[in-house]
Amino acid sequence: MEERRSISDIYGGRLALQRRSYSPSCREFCLGCPRLSLRSLTAATCAVWLVAYGLFALCQNSMVLSTAIFITLLGLLGYLHFVKIDQETLLIIGSLGIQMTSSYASGKESTTFIEMGKVKDVVINEAIYMQKVIYYLCILLKDPVEPQRVSQVVPVFQSAKPRLDCLIEVYRSCQEILAHQAVTSTSP
Amino acid sequence: MVLKVFFPSCCCSADSGLLIGRWIPEQNSAVILAVVHFPFIPFQVKQYLSEVQKVSQVEIVVLGTWCNNKQEKEESLGKFLDDLGTIFSHEPWLQLSKEKGSKFWTCHTLSRQAGTPQEDQIILIYYDQRKAMLSQLHPPEMSLDNQPGVIPAPDASKLAAVFDTVARSEVLFLTDRYDDGPLKLSHWQSEGVEASIIVELAKQASVPVCMLLTLLLSLVSGLCRSRIFKFWPLSFIWSKLSTCEQVGYRLEHLKFVFSNQKAENQNQLMRKANIFVSLLLDVALGIMLLSWLYRKNRIGQLADALIPVADHVAQELQDLLQWLMGVPAGLKMNRALDQVLGRFFLYHIHLWISYIHLLSPFIEMILWYVGLSACLGLTVVLSILSDIIALLTFHIYCFYVYGARLYCLKIYGLSSLWRLFRGKKWNVLRQRVDSCSYDLDQLFIGTLLFTILLFLLPTTALYYLVFTLLRLLVVIVQGLIHFLVDLIDSLPLYSIGLRLCRSYRLAAGVKFRVLEQEAGRPLRLLMQINPLSYGSVVQTYRLPTYSCYPKDSWGSLCKKLFFGELIYPWKQKGDKQD
Repeated sequence: MEERRSISDIYGGRLALQRRSYSPSCREFCLGCPRLSLRSLTAATCAVWLVAYGLFALCQNSMVLSTAIFITLLGLLGYLHFVKIDQETLLIIGSLGIQMTSSYASGKESTTFIEMGKVKDVVINEAIYMQKVIYYLCILLKDPVEPQRVSQVVPVFQSAKPRLDCLIEVYRSCQEILAHQAVTSTSP
Repeated sequence: MVLKVFFPSCCCSADSGLLIGRWIPEQNSAVILAVVHFPFIPFQVKQYLSEVQKVSQVEIVVLGTWCNNKQEKEESLGKFLDDLGTIFSHEPWLQLSKEKGSKFWTCHTLSRQAGTPQEDQIILIYYDQRKAMLSQLHPPEMSLDNQPGVIPAPDASKLAAVFDTVARSEVLFLTDRYDDGPLKLSHWQSEGVEASIIVELAKQASVPVCMLLTLLLSLVSGLCRSRIFKFWPLSFIWSKLSTCEQVGYRLEHLKFVFSNQKAENQNQLMRKANIFVSLLLDVALGIMLLSWLYRKNRIGQLADALIPVADHVAQELQDLLQWLMGVPAGLKMNRALDQVLGRFFLYHIHLWISYIHLLSPFIEMILWYVGLSACLGLTVVLSILSDIIALLTFHIYCFYVYGARLYCLKIYGLSSLWRLFRGKKWNVLRQRVDSCSYDLDQLFIGTLLFTILLFLLPTTALYYLVFTLLRLLVVIVQGLIHFLVDLIDSLPLYSIGLRLCRSYRLAAGVKFRVLEQEAGRPLRLLMQINPLSYGSVVQTYRLPTYSCYPKDSWGSLCKKLFFGELIYPWKQKGDKQD
């Protein structure tokens, strides 16, 4: 069962939310971030080349221009591979765990899987971010030594940063699955 | 309750048979290791399983039946499979079946205990058996410096139990389909055990080679530790030279790699492999350097260039001292003290240049023989280079020590006389400043001395500043060389290569992918290995070095410089530090 919607992030940009329900205990939420805009790419390239031409005019050495080309290419590749996140996914499988995937613009995917035994709870927290107060969803992990304490807070959707409406939806689904899982794990 | 079934993806196309594996009741999951095909005798199956259990310490039992209907559905087979459930009793009894041409399976569980049969929700997780067998999990909370005998608690990570089960059942995977035994199994090695001729030959050859090398190395280290080198001048020199440390360190590495004991666990194996690759790279780079140096008489050119460079440095120092003796940077120095200090240092430089000129006919020969040591490795050459720099700039070191001592004395004298000026005194017993009543003549002489020292301070401070900067420059150059040596020593190249080529061997965890679903069928997931990131690989497998990074923080370094205490930022303690 699939559903697509358009929501906004904390800056007002558009995000695409896709939710899938594979089974009553397995749900997936996919947030698609806005792509790299041609405008910003052109602006960055023009800025670098203007500086390069200025230096070239000063010192008349053509190495400056080749270096500028190199820097632009390497910088773009590095940005696409290490910085620009295209899509963030949250997959919850009751009784197995929670998996978060970030896929970068170059196709690289980085995945983190947290086993259900380590998850204490999923909550929405408030945070002061620059001059704003924003909401973010996070997973609380249990302390292995002391089960009542929270050892780590893992934020979800860190680069997409959706608004509260999307977070509430994800929160409700997670709590449903966690509650169901708690019930089935305690029953014999 | 949710039942998780871990099914090896290599058995998806296997013929019908019995499922054998391990049942983990705490997690309600069944790890399927192999499929036993028809025909079989139940008694022989039970016997085989008990044998395997004894060897591998894993409780392998018959978990259920697997039915791969390649032709039309056979009713009799279904009844037969039900009967098997009564022979091999297991709670719960799994029944997996696959239709021809469909990728969705039917899974049932039979539970005989409960009165009402409850339909468990089943999650089917496919895993790659070969990769699970060979990979090593690196959970973030476990540090690799654990005692080797401690086994982590099994519920620390539930998925680690699955990997553990597969890894420990190695003996099960040794029987392949072409054996003449009573049972026919299907698993990842059922087409035949994988092995490589080169690896087997290397294993056979390594035993005598290791023994020979251990003998040689024990001879060499025995020689090094002999009584000759314990006498005072030699032992002092050996402790100061970084070359000796590096050679000793490499010798220890060689002993560790070629020791006769097998590696106890995976960490030791990785460490041995990393050290071996690091040694190989070192020697390869060293031999490349050797072949470059000895071509076209470059050693001769180097030796010819060395003396003029030393002369040039000495000339520059003399010019610097002349500048200091004049009016440096517009500051007015105390003429008498200036001349004394300047002439003292100039005489030292003159002595130093004479010694260098005395050595000059032998330089080429010394360099030629020292260059031969490049076959021991690039790190040894770099350490020798660092030692040569230290020897050539020994006069700068001496000047720094003289300047620092003078300055230090002056600062302590000034602080003590300043306390006298204020009528206070340092109480050594109580380690604090106390007031004290001085006599008049004490006060008079104290104030006089204080004034003299204060007005002589700029001169001494300037000399101290100049020589400290020079010394810091030399120290920075030496530090860079040591950093390079450290890099070659400690970088775990084998682990990085493994992460690059066989990334499933170093696993940070797992990741799941949801496969195509059909309503009413169990959830299908694919479990893949999530490899460790390069940063964690380097951090986990870094070799310990006799690292000489500065132990002082910037604050304490500045404090020492201000008070004129001698600084040794790259002091090696002689013991290994991680």
